[in-house]
Amino acid sequence: MSALELQSVIAPDGSAAGHDPRLSAEGLLHCYRTMLTVRAFDDVALKLQRSGRIGFSIPNKGVEACQVGAASALETKDWIFPSYRDFGMALYHGVTPTEMMHNMFGNDRDSARGRQMPVHFSFDKPIRFVSISSPLGTQIPQAVGAAYAMKLRGEKHVALVSFGDGSTSTLGFHSGLNFAGVWKAPVVFLCQNNGYAISCPVEEQTASESFAIKAKAYGMPGVRVDGNDLLAMRQATAQAVARARRGEGPTLIEAVTFRMGGHSTSDDPTRYVPKELVESWAKKDPVARFERYLASRQLWTAEQGEALYAAAVEQVSAAVKEAEATPAPKLESIFTDVYASVPAHLRRQGQAAFELAARKGDAGAGDGKFPL
Amino acid sequence: MATLTMVQAVNDALKVAMRRDKDVLVFGEDVGPKGGVFLATEGLTKEFGKQRCFDTPLSEDGIVGTAIGMALNGLKPVAEIQFQDFIFPAFDQIVSEAAKFRYRSGGQYTVPMVIRTPYGGGIRGGLYHSQSGEAYFCHTPGLKVVIPSTPEDAKGLLLASIEDPDPVIFMEPKALYRTTKSEVPEGYYTTPLSTLRTARTGKDVTVFCYGAMVPVCLKAAEQAAEKGIDCLVVDLRTLLPLDEEGVLEAAKQTGRVVIVHEAPRFCGFGGEISAMIAENIIEYMEAPVARVTGFDTPFPNTLEHHYMPDARRVLDAIEHVHGF
Repeated sequence: MSALELQSVIAPDGSAAGHDPRLSAEGLLHCYRTMLTVRAFDDVALKLQRSGRIGFSIPNKGVEACQVGAASALETKDWIFPSYRDFGMALYHGVTPTEMMHNMFGNDRDSARGRQMPVHFSFDKPIRFVSISSPLGTQIPQAVGAAYAMKLRGEKHVALVSFGDGSTSTLGFHSGLNFAGVWKAPVVFLCQNNGYAISCPVEEQTASESFAIKAKAYGMPGVRVDGNDLLAMRQATAQAVARARRGEGPTLIEAVTFRMGGHSTSDDPTRYVPKELVESWAKKDPVARFERYLASRQLWTAEQGEALYAAAVEQVSAAVKEAEATPAPKLESIFTDVYASVPAHLRRQGQAAFELAARKGDAGAGDGKFPL
Repeated sequence: MATLTMVQAVNDALKVAMRRDKDVLVFGEDVGPKGGVFLATEGLTKEFGKQRCFDTPLSEDGIVGTAIGMALNGLKPVAEIQFQDFIFPAFDQIVSEAAKFRYRSGGQYTVPMVIRTPYGGGIRGGLYHSQSGEAYFCHTPGLKVVIPSTPEDAKGLLLASIEDPDPVIFMEPKALYRTTKSEVPEGYYTTPLSTLRTARTGKDVTVFCYGAMVPVCLKAAEQAAEKGIDCLVVDLRTLLPLDEEGVLEAAKQTGRVVIVHEAPRFCGFGGEISAMIAENIIEYMEAPVARVTGFDTPFPNTLEHHYMPDARRVLDAIEHVHGF
């Protein structure tokens, strides 16, 4: 597709001759466990959705190395502006499956208190994993603004913003990259080209020879990276991050990968993805590829892998138990956080809603008054 | 006290804010060395440097999107959209993002920012330099919508908006930028948001208005006074969140209400005031509510003086509700 070379580190057989990942054995295993946790979370969430216990989920199978490899190049004071298919980045930096599962159930301990659909996470620690919205590409100029603030204050932090191939067609992609180029903002643009924007293949998204080449017109380097190769993702992101920290400005990374599942649990990809394409990408599975690398370093056996996956499923299942047992948000949460303080008209509307709920007998525990 | 035009008062407010707080930034199209197409930002780049007052690429989506990111990360951006008519590329960032960040993150991420934008007709700007789009923003929970009508309020409300923890759409009636000069306190002060201003006291008819319609309504009130009709003129100043109790109180005082805005009538802000009165205090009303508004057409150029409510039309409505 492109004149730009596809950067990779781990060969299909798992070897990575002469490459220094700049991670300890424990660091490599942390990457691996994070990918397994993403996969376990996906599997559990799908079952929850299919059995009607949650309403929606977004599968990540196939793109785990993009998320974890990129996240591994960030420090906790950096900011992540994610898309809705990026939660491996949060997990890598220490967000727990339990915190995430509260969001999936939209319960009272969800950071958004049940106001958003599942998978629209928001975390402000241990790393800034900025609240996700459904409109596409809007996070791109926002990341540039956050990066401008870092630059203005003379900090050495960066903002990494992640989005899919479809988002390159949005207003936000153009304005974000354009502003970042002009401002030399410390931002890393990560385009995960996973083949499809819901059902629209990349050929119908752009006539450009690649997404990475678009960087040139914005005055920044663009690189194409094998998105199923965790170490290549880590290396390319680390280079872009280092460049940003040096004050040299933004980089666009195109991670070439493939979404092995549907767009969401509401989508049936067999209607539009050729079977052969799925089969060919299945052979490039990013988790299996990293396992072969770990094996080449004597850090992995099939038994250990199975045990770690079982442990991840167990951890996620425990999260489900806790989240499912947590009560729904109180009625008051509809009216709070619209503004810093509840204005008079919302107090009136809230009071009316409480009174009706009380009259009809469906007020919940704790409903009935504002914490004013 | 200094005697200033409204645009000078806006400029003064920005300088005061930027001197008080190094996190306050001003940016947008042509706001740097040129000082903005209306000179609202004149002298800011010179005094505060181009890190804090600067021109951006020509992209409203980019201006508002990056302003949100700055606000998320601790700055206090005051972004200018050159004409409110050009704000729509940024509509997604305003209504889907700025307005919803606090809500969707349970308060983890907030967007204290101001979008200043000149709005309204009266300058022969035609379809694309004249519109009054306040209703679009008033329909979006999470935003605040502020419209001053005097130099003193322009400064005090803008400083209050910059202090505010939530995103504010600050719409400046460009028709009033230079029409009058009046006394404006020097230095720092704020005019509280969500409070009404009684522009004229009266006991017979209540006229609700804001922005460039305030002097129009005051003129109509003077003409009505000559005919023995004593009008209470209320400048709403903050449309969202509105001081609803203050509105109802002012309506009850006379039992006769005229609502005036230059935006189109259908689904305009006047409809909301009218509904509030009907829902809450219908028993106090002596006459049907009258609205004087722009027509439900695009904004015409040559005949804009027919489109925009003037004292003649407002007086006609005042007489109608008074004689009912």
